[in-house]
Amino acid sequence: MVEKRPFLHLLAHLVLILGVLIVAFPVWLAFVASTHEPTAFTSGVIPLLPGSNGVETYATMLGTGMSTSGAPPLGLLLWNSFVMAMLIAVGKIAISILSAFAIVYFRFPLRSLAFWCIFITLMLPVEVRIVPTFKVVADLGLLNSYAGLTVPLIASATATFLFRQVFLTIPDELTEAARIDGAGPMKFFRDILVPLSRTNIAALFVILFIYGWNQYLWPLLVTTDAKFYTVVAAIKRMAEVTDAQPQWNFVMATAVMAMLPPVLVVILMQRLFVKGLVETEK
Amino acid sequence: MKRTIFGHRLLPWLLLFPQLAVTFVFFLWPAGQAARQSFLREDAFGLKTEFVGLANYAALFRDPLYLNSLQVTVVFSVAVAVLSMGTALLFALAVDRMLRSARAYTTLIVWPYAVAPAIAGIMWWFIFNPTIGIMPYLLDIAGYDWNHGIDTTDAMILVVIASSWKQISYNFLFFVAGLQAIPASLREAAAIDGAGPVKRFFTVTFPLLSPTTFFLLVVNVTYTLFDTFPVIHATTEGGPAQSTNILVYKVFVDGFIGLNLGSSAAQSVVLMAIVIALTAIQFRWIERRVEY
Amino acid sequence: MIRNLAVSGLALAASMTAAAAQERVEIQWWHAMGGELGTKLEEIVKGYNESQDQYTVVPSFKGTYPETMTAAIAAFRANEQPTIVQVFEVGTGTMMAAKGAIYPVYQLMQDAGEDFDPSSFLSAVVGYYTDTEGNMLSMPFNSSTPILYYNKDVFEKAGLDRETPPTTWAEVVDFSQKIMESGAAPCGFTTGWISWVQLENLSAWHNQPIGTLENGFGGLEAELTVNGPVQVQHWTNLAQWQKDGIFQYGGPGGGNDAPPKFYAQECAMYMNSSASRAGVVANAQDFEVGYGMLPYYDDVEGAPQNSIIGGATLWVLQGHDEEEYKAAADFFTYLSSPEVQADWHQFSGYLPITQAAYDLSTEQGFYDQNPGTDVSIKQITLNPPTENSKGLRFGNYVQIRTVIDEEFQALLAGQKHAQGALDAVVERGNALIREFEAANK
Repeated sequence: MVEKRPFLHLLAHLVLILGVLIVAFPVWLAFVASTHEPTAFTSGVIPLLPGSNGVETYATMLGTGMSTSGAPPLGLLLWNSFVMAMLIAVGKIAISILSAFAIVYFRFPLRSLAFWCIFITLMLPVEVRIVPTFKVVADLGLLNSYAGLTVPLIASATATFLFRQVFLTIPDELTEAARIDGAGPMKFFRDILVPLSRTNIAALFVILFIYGWNQYLWPLLVTTDAKFYTVVAAIKRMAEVTDAQPQWNFVMATAVMAMLPPVLVVILMQRLFVKGLVETEK
Repeated sequence: MKRTIFGHRLLPWLLLFPQLAVTFVFFLWPAGQAARQSFLREDAFGLKTEFVGLANYAALFRDPLYLNSLQVTVVFSVAVAVLSMGTALLFALAVDRMLRSARAYTTLIVWPYAVAPAIAGIMWWFIFNPTIGIMPYLLDIAGYDWNHGIDTTDAMILVVIASSWKQISYNFLFFVAGLQAIPASLREAAAIDGAGPVKRFFTVTFPLLSPTTFFLLVVNVTYTLFDTFPVIHATTEGGPAQSTNILVYKVFVDGFIGLNLGSSAAQSVVLMAIVIALTAIQFRWIERRVEY
Repeated sequence: MIRNLAVSGLALAASMTAAAAQERVEIQWWHAMGGELGTKLEEIVKGYNESQDQYTVVPSFKGTYPETMTAAIAAFRANEQPTIVQVFEVGTGTMMAAKGAIYPVYQLMQDAGEDFDPSSFLSAVVGYYTDTEGNMLSMPFNSSTPILYYNKDVFEKAGLDRETPPTTWAEVVDFSQKIMESGAAPCGFTTGWISWVQLENLSAWHNQPIGTLENGFGGLEAELTVNGPVQVQHWTNLAQWQKDGIFQYGGPGGGNDAPPKFYAQECAMYMNSSASRAGVVANAQDFEVGYGMLPYYDDVEGAPQNSIIGGATLWVLQGHDEEEYKAAADFFTYLSSPEVQADWHQFSGYLPITQAAYDLSTEQGFYDQNPGTDVSIKQITLNPPTENSKGLRFGNYVQIRTVIDEEFQALLAGQKHAQGALDAVVERGNALIREFEAANK
């Protein structure tokens, strides 16, 4: 604080309170909408306070789902999202930490080529190669499978760079000492590198879990079987119905349930989340 | 650069194998296929294929709709970057004045980072729904007839708001970090020279924040180019009259719905060129060194 | 077919007792029928599977019409195509041109030795799906045509006769004004499917060409001609009516915002597919619904002609073995039996595809008990179809539909006049047709 200016301080509080409200506004409305009866929406403007129909709405969505839009019960959707997010986060971390280890602690021919191959994935977001990637996944028979949902998204240059950065800060003396003790590379990796990178792994995990959970286009394309729908990708099908009005209370209940797990992760693990965000810078 | 290394020949390749395999099968090969496809003309079923050289590219840049899509993308990117960064900077400046409550406010502002763009889009779509939404109702009282189903500006405003809302949290965190990195002594010195808070912001704080701002600008542009696909798909679907048809959405529509694979592939290649340029900027001018 | 039904009792008993007696041939059917229609469809398939013990049809819901079609095409490229896929009418041009990918239905039935008589189908329906030699290429399943729905109670409140729907556009305007002035409802009419109802059907209904070469039936070289005076006048009117509040736009594609406007008694009239009837009846809880034919301009010579169909047909894809095709042929015979067809027609509001199904429904007294349900059939058979009113067939028409929506939005936004918007439809549409021609010649 440079100097005391009570007015400015009050203004800052006002700005922040306003900010918090702006940020929370759509979610509040989504929640309110999910607690009203469907008829509350046809009669004009949606209410601003919660209604009394919330329990039924959530029970219906969790129990039976919306058969009219081909959506299975929310439980299954949430489970699929969870599996996808976990596989992507764990998979990315696993293959990235291994490749970072190879690049930092070994010298071998074509090392720089390997590095650039990984680097180039940064420049090929799934959106620019969807059609041919879809074909590859179809050719491999991976449509409608957890492997098809996750493996194509698992390569990660950012995570590899992060681990490379971490490994570079680990003093050479440790490696030296390990070698003198007769530890092989894998033992060194297991007993020294992984434990030392623990917080980085945790931070990265938070970011990647959110990344995986929020995937949209890819699950939309590779899942045509309702058994593999994820909650984020399924929401559009619910909001888009032919010859009728969307059942907004169900759509919004789904939205609330879809954002709850990742939001909780951010709030409960805020410190790791911030660390992960700053480290990956993406 | 490590001085101490291990001496295996095969092991590093084994370690790299999963990453390289995934990269090759799902990144390099499809990207190569996209490049190849961009020189071909093919029917939807893949029964007849013909080499057409650069015809797909030529058609693309002659197509007013593609040029429109380019323009829409630029407007959209700039609007989202300005809105989300401006709002985030304002919040960050406010939080920077707080001592005890900073952490609480931060928590309450950053959580939308975890909300999927598709969900954010659906929520704002609902809020602005011309028949039942709360915003058109309020705007109607103010004398404005909101209808994003017909009005192209309304539709653009809608997707800009939905995309910015989610991005505020990210920008906010980096601005807060940037502000904390500015030595208090500099601002104090300016205060002693008699500069008021506004003047101090423009002469001291903002210039010192410029690396953060530039970094965020690149990140935000990348975000609007690719990660906003779900916002568009879940709400306007590029309409009305193609007014929100951003490049990445067009690739999808032309390729997956329109089944015009040649044109879609050519658009993919153009997008790749844009990402490569952006990545180069990010690494060259933001000093994230890649040599190792 | 009758043979099948006759033995169905026996077959059912046999299949229950000897589940593993015979290996059943399984075929996939990808469809786009969600909700109630999907449930009904699965019921029909179940009925078929239980009626015999040789074949099993496995239906799977693949989303909207465009999603189902593109999924099937993508699957074909990946060599994982279903045997049967449901494709909507505007995809016909694309499917038809893919000679190496489809197995024409007339040939399938012939090869499988099924008793198949194309003349038993309603010509207004199958005309859309036959080639220039009169061969049926796909199996009609769910065909509909747009009709007018109106709110009888609002009509009465506005001082109009509750049993008389408007027949001309002049009457639509006149009625709308009365309705709005009397405060009976804030809006006159809304519509689903701008492209299908307010352009394609408008053209056919007024005997105006949609394109050259018999609306594209004559070859891939066809060009669109929807920028004629009648279409331009109608779009000019729609834009004006939208400004006046007489007409409210329901959005692109099927027009998702239109039905709620009618259900909530905001708009007194509503034009949409005859297959929307079940939904309309279910949602119109506080008022009574009336039915009428599409309005026409009485100063246009030849109007009203006849309306054209929409909906979807079943296409058989190449790449399967003979047994599977036998299964498909057998299933098609079952599907087109009068009993199955009449049941589907009466439940869904889709048109009966055979004369026999129509006769059976009449016999059962369905049209007497449900007045208004035969409006669609009367409208589609009002006059013998002309070159302009038997349907349309252009390549890339799925995308052209999108173009029509976009130009209509530009019209409503005031960016273009009707002439400019329709000229743009023709220009952009022709470019898409040329592209298709180049890829399929």
